[in-house]
Amino acid sequence: MQTATESESVVTISNLQFRWQSQSPVVLDLNALTIGKGERVFIEGPSGSGKSTLLSLFAGVSVPQQGEVRVLGQPLDRLSSVQRDHFRAQHIGYIFQMFNLIPYLSMLDNVMLPCRFSRARHAKALKRSQSLETEAKRLLEHLDMAQEDLMHRSVTALSVGQQQRVAAARALMGAPELLIADEPTSSLDADRREAFVRLLFHECKQAGSTLIFVSHDASLEGLFDRTIRLAGLNTVCTAAARED
Amino acid sequence: MAILRLAWKSLLNRRLTAGLTLFTIALSVTLLVGVERVRVEARESFAHTISGTDLIVGARSGGVQLLLYAVFRIGNATNNISWKSYQDIAALRSVAWSIPISLGDSHRGYRVMGTTQDYFNHYHYARDRGLTFTRGEAFSDLYDAVLGAEVAESLGYQMDDAMVIAHGANDVSFARHKDKPFRVAGILQRTGTPVDRTVHVSLEAIEAIHIDWQAGAPMPGLSISAEQARHRDLTPRAITAALIGLKSKIATFKVQRAVNDYAEEPLTAILPGVALSELWGIIGIAENALLIVSAFVVVAGLSGMLTALLTSLNERRREMAILRSVGARPGHIFALIMGEAFALTLAGILLGLGLLYSLLLIARPIIEARYGIYIELGGLTPHELLLLGIVLLAGFVVGMLPSYRAYRLSLADGLSIRI
Repeated sequence: MQTATESESVVTISNLQFRWQSQSPVVLDLNALTIGKGERVFIEGPSGSGKSTLLSLFAGVSVPQQGEVRVLGQPLDRLSSVQRDHFRAQHIGYIFQMFNLIPYLSMLDNVMLPCRFSRARHAKALKRSQSLETEAKRLLEHLDMAQEDLMHRSVTALSVGQQQRVAAARALMGAPELLIADEPTSSLDADRREAFVRLLFHECKQAGSTLIFVSHDASLEGLFDRTIRLAGLNTVCTAAARED
Repeated sequence: MAILRLAWKSLLNRRLTAGLTLFTIALSVTLLVGVERVRVEARESFAHTISGTDLIVGARSGGVQLLLYAVFRIGNATNNISWKSYQDIAALRSVAWSIPISLGDSHRGYRVMGTTQDYFNHYHYARDRGLTFTRGEAFSDLYDAVLGAEVAESLGYQMDDAMVIAHGANDVSFARHKDKPFRVAGILQRTGTPVDRTVHVSLEAIEAIHIDWQAGAPMPGLSISAEQARHRDLTPRAITAALIGLKSKIATFKVQRAVNDYAEEPLTAILPGVALSELWGIIGIAENALLIVSAFVVVAGLSGMLTALLTSLNERRREMAILRSVGARPGHIFALIMGEAFALTLAGILLGLGLLYSLLLIARPIIEARYGIYIELGGLTPHELLLLGIVLLAGFVVGMLPSYRAYRLSLADGLSIRI
């Protein structure tokens, strides 16, 4: 087990308590959590263990009432919501469970989307390739999605697996420091899951991105550097378990 | 900028509903601007029914009534002006020209007006358009008639055709001047004014056909033939009204006062422009009602857009979460929906104008021929631009509602996808 020092950590959580509304019960209570640069972390937990909540904290969509979430050294609660949106646009790639793509945009437009909201990622993408399009194509090619016939197809006509790969290309576009994948393989066939994860690893390494991968499917965890079992870490869950 | 492109592509993706919404807005805009344009042109054409005439003189009555019968040939004069009074007024020093007119008879629904040659020289309409002949010329013989364009067209008269004038405004068989038929001597060019619906004869002719009539019926036992009438004294005894042109506009009020104060007979002199706008004030209510109705059609069109945008929001919550995940702020989501509302309204306005101009292009000759209203095809007037600006603004305001709702939804949903 490697423990990242403060300077090279990508995500640091300390004394965090989170509730959705000020009157509602605490849903997430974490003492400490650190994810280091370049790590590939598997966050495992049954539904209700606070996975989605944790991801929304990482992404800066929510802020904790107590404690602190630092991403890339930046305490997110000190940013305004607009600044957090900027921060997310610039530093975080996000992959959803399914239906990741905007149906009315082409595959390339979908992949280039993050660069429309972040100049930094736009600039980073241009550092790698001549144009945004070539960078998007390069990523899609790596993810085995650059066939001409696929390019011109409506994204809604793609298979689920293909859509997830396009989503991965979009999340990697402009090489964000942190890639968050929220159960990206749950809609894939078992034999395609590992291949998808390996592709993701390869691309994250290339882009120098840290990967946070959330799943309730424990079969994949062997591939990762480290597993965080949220049910054990979240004291709200452990307390509930003791009461049972 | 990126968000507007997104809005546009998203609209393209929903092109059926978006297209229908667009079409509704376009139709309402066509109606609004169309009504506005016809309204203005109708008013313009109305105001230009008569021009160049400084005063209209008639027996004492209201200004609107005098205008109605003297210019529009609607209704009847309560009293006549004696020939002597007319000559006194025509002889005033400031008077440049005067046209006596005598009304009372009709021909198959069209009024017959007795007048002089001067009518064809001095009567003007629009800004400064005079009367011109398509065929023939002004009356030279006693029993010559000059037809307005519409009279000739709808009754199918050709040059030299014979026609019989009826006594009074209603053409009934027992009160026709059958014994003295007229010959079509000239046909006037279309003017879009009541002139088109008038049969013009000379004042003497009016006198001649009534020479053996009394109290609205032929005098029993007395019959004077058309030929015999030529040799009688045909100086008119009275006329209905007179159009006066002055040497200088400065004298207008002086002459008006002179007429109003004329001692030997109660007379009224009116300024045609003033009476016209007074009259338009009365009939203008209908025109405003029309504009209000079309404004409501625009409201209906925009409500359609509101419905379409609001119903689309729930199925688009996933899309908003995706946009948020790539860094879009809730403000971007607001702008996205706002952009769609704006694009729909703007495109609706442009399409509406396109529709309007193509319609006008087709309908213009028909309207001009039918109603004598000449509709300008030119650019948008400031008032029309104002109306369109209001529509665009209304589209903006209407767009606020779904945009704000989308904003709230995307704030609440964050990155979690809810459907």
